[in-house]
Parts: sequence; C-alpha cells; structure tokens
Amino acid sequence: MLSRTASNLFWLGRHMERAETASRLFEVGARITLLPNTAEGYQNEWQSLLRATGVADSYAVRYGDVTEENMEKFMVFDRDNPSSVASCMHEARESGRIVRTALTSRVWDALNVSWQEMRAMKPGQEDAADLADFVARHAATVHGAIDGTQLRNDGFHFMKLGYALERADSTARVLDVKYFVLLPRVEFVGSGLDSYQWHVILRALSAHRSFHWAYGEDVSAARVAHFLILNHESPRSLMTSVQEALAHLDALVRRYGEDVPHTARDRARALADRLAGTDIDDIFDEGLHEFLSDFIREIGVIANHVQADYFHGRG
Amino acid sequence: MLTLGSGGEGALMYYNEMFDGTKVREAYAGLADWIDHMPAEIRQMKQAEAEALFRRIGITFAVYGEGGDPDRLIPFDMMPRIFTQSEWRRLERGIKQRARALNAFLRDVYGRGEIVRAGRIPARLVYQNDAYERAVVGFVPPRGVYSHIIGIDLVRTGRDEFFVLEDNCRTPSGVSYMLENREIMMRMFPELFRGNRIEPVDGYPDLLRRTLESVAPAKCQGRPRVVILTPGHFNSAYYEHSFLANLMGVELVEGADLFVEGEFVYMRTTEGPKRVDVIYRRIDDAFIDPLTFRRDSMLGVPGLMDVYRSGGVSICSAPGAGVADDKAIYTFVPEMVRFYLGEEPILKNVDTWTLWKDDDYRYVMDNLGDLVVKEVHGSGGYGMLVGPRSTKAEIEDFRLRIQANPSNYIAQPTLSLSTCPTFVNEGVAPRHVDLRPYCLCGERIELVPGGLTRVALKEGSLVVNSSQGGGVKDTWVLSE
Repeated sequence: MLSRTASNLFWLGRHMERAETASRLFEVGARITLLPNTAEGYQNEWQSLLRATGVADSYAVRYGDVTEENMEKFMVFDRDNPSSVASCMHEARESGRIVRTALTSRVWDALNVSWQEMRAMKPGQEDAADLADFVARHAATVHGAIDGTQLRNDGFHFMKLGYALERADSTARVLDVKYFVLLPRVEFVGSGLDSYQWHVILRALSAHRSFHWAYGEDVSAARVAHFLILNHESPRSLMTSVQEALAHLDALVRRYGEDVPHTARDRARALADRLAGTDIDDIFDEGLHEFLSDFIREIGVIANHVQADYFHGRG
Repeated sequence: MLTLGSGGEGALMYYNEMFDGTKVREAYAGLADWIDHMPAEIRQMKQAEAEALFRRIGITFAVYGEGGDPDRLIPFDMMPRIFTQSEWRRLERGIKQRARALNAFLRDVYGRGEIVRAGRIPARLVYQNDAYERAVVGFVPPRGVYSHIIGIDLVRTGRDEFFVLEDNCRTPSGVSYMLENREIMMRMFPELFRGNRIEPVDGYPDLLRRTLESVAPAKCQGRPRVVILTPGHFNSAYYEHSFLANLMGVELVEGADLFVEGEFVYMRTTEGPKRVDVIYRRIDDAFIDPLTFRRDSMLGVPGLMDVYRSGGVSICSAPGAGVADDKAIYTFVPEMVRFYLGEEPILKNVDTWTLWKDDDYRYVMDNLGDLVVKEVHGSGGYGMLVGPRSTKAEIEDFRLRIQANPSNYIAQPTLSLSTCPTFVNEGVAPRHVDLRPYCLCGERIELVPGGLTRVALKEGSLVVNSSQGGGVKDTWVLSE
C-alpha cells in the first residue's frame, strides 16, 4: 500500500475520533457550568477545558472573553481551530476523498454525508447535548460502515489504529480536565461537587450507565479512574484503547513480516504491559495528572513511530 | 476545442446521422421504435433517473470539481450516437493509420529528422516548437512509441466524410465519460442492449494496462509495475485518474510518492520502497522533473528524466510527444502518413491556411468573415475568431491581432458538422456532435469500438465544449 494512502487512512480514523472528542469536551464544559461553585463563576471551568486541550492561547487571541457562545463557535464550528468538530470532520472527509478508491462506497457516503450535514449547521441552533449527539451519531455511522464493509487488509488496520490511538489520547485528556477543574478548596474533596464532576466526565464519555453496571457502587474518584484507565471492559478506557492499537499493529506485523520496521508495535506492547502491571493506587500516588501527561506523551511517541515505520516509505 | 459550422442556414444542410430525409438510416433502425414508443413522461422519468445515477456513481465528478460549481456535471443525453460496423471499420483504419504516422514522426524528429531534411516540414515548426523537448533528443523509448494514448477529435459532414479536427498526443482526457455513459445506459435500458448487438467498451482499462505493460523499459524484471501519476486531488481531472487507477488495478501516485535512487524510480509504500516500471503520467512535461524542466515544479519527481533516459522507467506519453499535436504541425499529418507509411491518408484534415505563408495570409485576410481563425497554441476555444458568428468590430479587432503576429495563427473553413437526434424539452431534435475515440499504442495499436461523443445541446449551436453548454452521449458501434 502507498505510504500516502496508509497515512490518509490513519488520519481519517484519528480525525473522526477527534471530532467526537471535541464535541464531548464541549458537552463536559456546558454541563459543569450548570453547577454553581466558585465566586468566579463558570469562566473557570471553560478556562480549564481550554488548557486541557492545549488551545487556551489561540482562543484568547481570537475570542478574548470566555462565554458559552464563543466556546461553541470555537470548539464546534471554527475552521481556524484545527481541533474543532468542523475542522476534524472536514479533514477526515478530505483524507477520505484523497484515498477514495481505498474506501467502500458506504464508508465514503457516510463520511460525505456527515460533512455535508455538519456544514449545514449554524452556531446557536442546538444545545450542547444535541450537538454531541449529532456528532456521535455521524461518527458511529462512519465507524459502523468501516467495520461492516471494509476489507480486513492493511488499510483497515491503519484506519482502526488511528481510531484507537486517538481514543487513548482523548480519554486521557477528558479525564485530565478533572485535574484542571480545581475544586475551590481542599475540603471539597469527596463533597457533592466533587462527585458531580466525576459524573459529568462519565456522561461525557457515554459511560455513566456502563459504569454502574460494572461497579454497582457510588461514583468515586478511584472507581471512575479505574474504569477509564485500567478496566478491560470499558470501551474507551486507556487499557482497551492501547490493547486495540496493539492488535492492529500486530496484524500489520503479521501481514508485512518482521523485515518491515515495527518499532511502533514494540512500543505499544511495552505500554500495554506497563498498564497491566499498574493498579489504581499507584496512579493516585504518582498523581493522576502526572500519570495522564506521561501517557499522552507516550501515545504521541507511538504515533511518531507509526509514521517512521510505515509512512516514510524509503525503507 | 471548439467545433463550428456555418450556422443559421437551417438544419437541412447538415448531415443528419439518423435520418436520410424521412428514412431512418441503417445504424439507427433498431432505435426508431424505441423513441416512438417512449411517452414524454417515461422519458422525463428516465432522464431524472439517469441524472440521479450520475450523481451517485459520479458523485465524485461533482466533488472533485470543487474549484467551481460543486454540482457541475456534464449533461448526459440518453439518445445514443450509433455507427454501423462498416462505418466504424473505416474510421478505425483511419485512426490507427494516423496514430502510426504520428509516432513515426516523433521517432523521426527526435532522431535523424528525415522528414525535415526531405523538406516536407519546415525545420522551424519542429525544432523551435515550444513542445519540442531537447532533453530527449536521441533517446528512443521502448518499442519506439512516444504517444501511447492518442485522442483524435473527429467531425462528420457527410455519409463518408470525416475530418480530423485535432490530434491529442499528450494526455487526452474524457475516457471515463465513455465508460460511465455506457454503464448508465446499460443500467437504464437493458432491453436496448439485448435488442441491438452493441460492441462493448468496458475492455478499455485492461487494454490500457496491457498497452502500458507492453512498453516496460529494458531493465524491468518480471511483470511490470504500472502507476498513474496525477497532479493531485485538486486537479479537475482527478476523478478520471482515480477511476482509471481503480479499474486498472494500479496505484494512483503523486510526485511525492515517488523518488529516484540509483538507476530506478521507487514508490513509497508501507512495506518500504517498490520499484516502478511504467508511469502513465497525467501531468504536463514541464512539471515531471524539476531537475530537467521547470525548477519550481512541486508535482514531479527530481531525477526522473535521468532514469528515463537510461532505460530504468517508461513515461507514457513520452516527454516531448506534444510536438506532434500542435496546430501548426497538424496541417502536415497527411504528409506524415505519405512520408512514413507510403499510404494515402484515410481520414482527411480540415483545410487549413497557415498565416505565415503569404498566399494563405492574403486569402484569410480577404475572407475573415467566413473563416475560423485559431491561435497555434490555443485550446479550449480561447483566442479564436469565428467569422460567421462575429460582429464587424470583433473581426476588425482580430485582424489587428493577426497582423501583429501572423505566424501565431491558422485559419479553417467553418464546417457543417453532422447532427444526431437528442432529447430536448420539446421532444427529440437534431443537435450537432463530434467524436473522440481513444487509440492505444504499445506492442500493438488498438482501440475499443466507441469513444466520447460530445453534443451541443443548445439549438443551432456548434459548440460542444462542456464549458459552453455541451453534453455527452453514449457511442455505439453495432456488431455484424
């Protein structure tokens, strides 16, 4: 497969997943502000959201004031923000268009329709939850078309690898928002406000029901973190995402043979092993934010190795 | 390209491909009933269905045309254009003959230049031609073939009267329409294909692949790897490039996907570099190698020409092939047929006056109002004068331009191109058509029985360009 084709398929997956993340983060923000907490009001939460996604500066320059209206424009519709829903969906469709012949017509249709409908939407029409539903629905259609109709060849593995790595990265970022949403004072830990915030995080990941099925207990920091980091059954957990990425990298190595470089696979396997040997107390002892930052960095390293192993093409 | 006739004098003087007076011609015998028995509402329904199919199958036509109107599809007319087997055989012989002569000419002018030495073609027109590539002088590509896909634009003016308007020796486009028009017709009117024996055209992609494989370079080992080189997905013909790559089962590459190392060209793949043997390029000469041609080209592959000249890769069509299809050289193609093949040309050229000759210059200047005048290097209907359709002021304005640089122009009579019945709002009416068949040259010279028929949809119009209200038709060749 042409390196460029593989790279486009990989980024198609990443951008679709990233679009979903952007809309989820926006929903998290909108929900958290529903709860009155500090004297500074909701501004605090939006700020921490911006910091979590690493775009606070570019927002400040372009919009200044932090308001929900501006946040919607910026996170959902702004084509100058490369992480906005619209930008990601556009990029995903562009990648699809370039490698049109590597996609089934169902996948292309789904991609094309989702972009056309996104383009027809205007800021201020839908509330955050409806927007997130809209994006999740289209993302699911595309993903379903890929799973249902694509040949299980290398192209498929590159797409799914893109999804898995992006999902690992995005769950870590959503979780990290909690770190930034500082509770006003230390005595609030374990308070109603604290658990409300954890609830919101679960909801944003469409995971509040499955959390209760899995744990059958009240929401607590340790349980939610366990669910989203180490749980093998949780579909968006770091563990599941890394395992999936590893499975697709393994499939590529089987397909291409050991002669084609496979540093990305080796690195992913090491990460999966490391996660398997960690328990949630270790993570909290190390510091959740520190753990997540390391994890996000490691996902970046694996993505760079994917690039070097497969997309450079000069051997 | 623009095709013209002396318009306004009524439809009677044009050759009607379906009717001879009131009698239906042989080729269309099977179709007369079909038209008669199609009520208007069915026809409208079918036309809507055809358009919906085009939008779905051809959704990418629209998508890839994004530079302009995203919904721009070339209008498709359901009424086919038909040739009998014997009409086609003659055309086919003429096209193949012309293709042989054009390739012989290219071999000659990049070699000893016999035709120039013999005084049959002025040296200036060849060696000072913009399309003449010094970089390939003395190099003979595999099988001596320079132009592997030749699109020859033809018009018909009578039962046995065909004229060549233009040769396209570089990268003629439009073949995807030929294939999709047929696909749509077969889906919509399967009964027509059962009732009429129509030669298939869907072998084209395989034939093209075999043609390209047959010109693999000497250093190629094993089965040749063919790729299509595209300028990229922003190009308006990108859809055609990816359509062909898909049907041929070859990779569609951009310049950045290829690199030169040592004696060969490689493409970057997920399994490391893979050697490429034959490049069907859909980018212009000027862009294929920044080390040899335009230095600012981002579309090409640095070093490609060195590999080409040392027999490491084949480029189709060969760099420099364009010298055979320019409008000034065009007038000499019948001469090439005689000179290289010792045959009389089967297909006629349109009479052409070359304004750098004094006699021709005087004649043209005296008769500007009746003639079509074109720039030698112009295309797409730009930089031309259509005498019978122009105002006095326009003619005088053009006269000044000719006077300033006579050798930049040629002139031709306005042709009475044939008409073919076409579905229009009021029913069926004659509309002017032309034809572009695609001739493939490799180990053998072949063409599929068919081509792209373009039709001027506006009443009385002789302009078949899609940018000026032209549409396309399926083109049938009946088997015996």
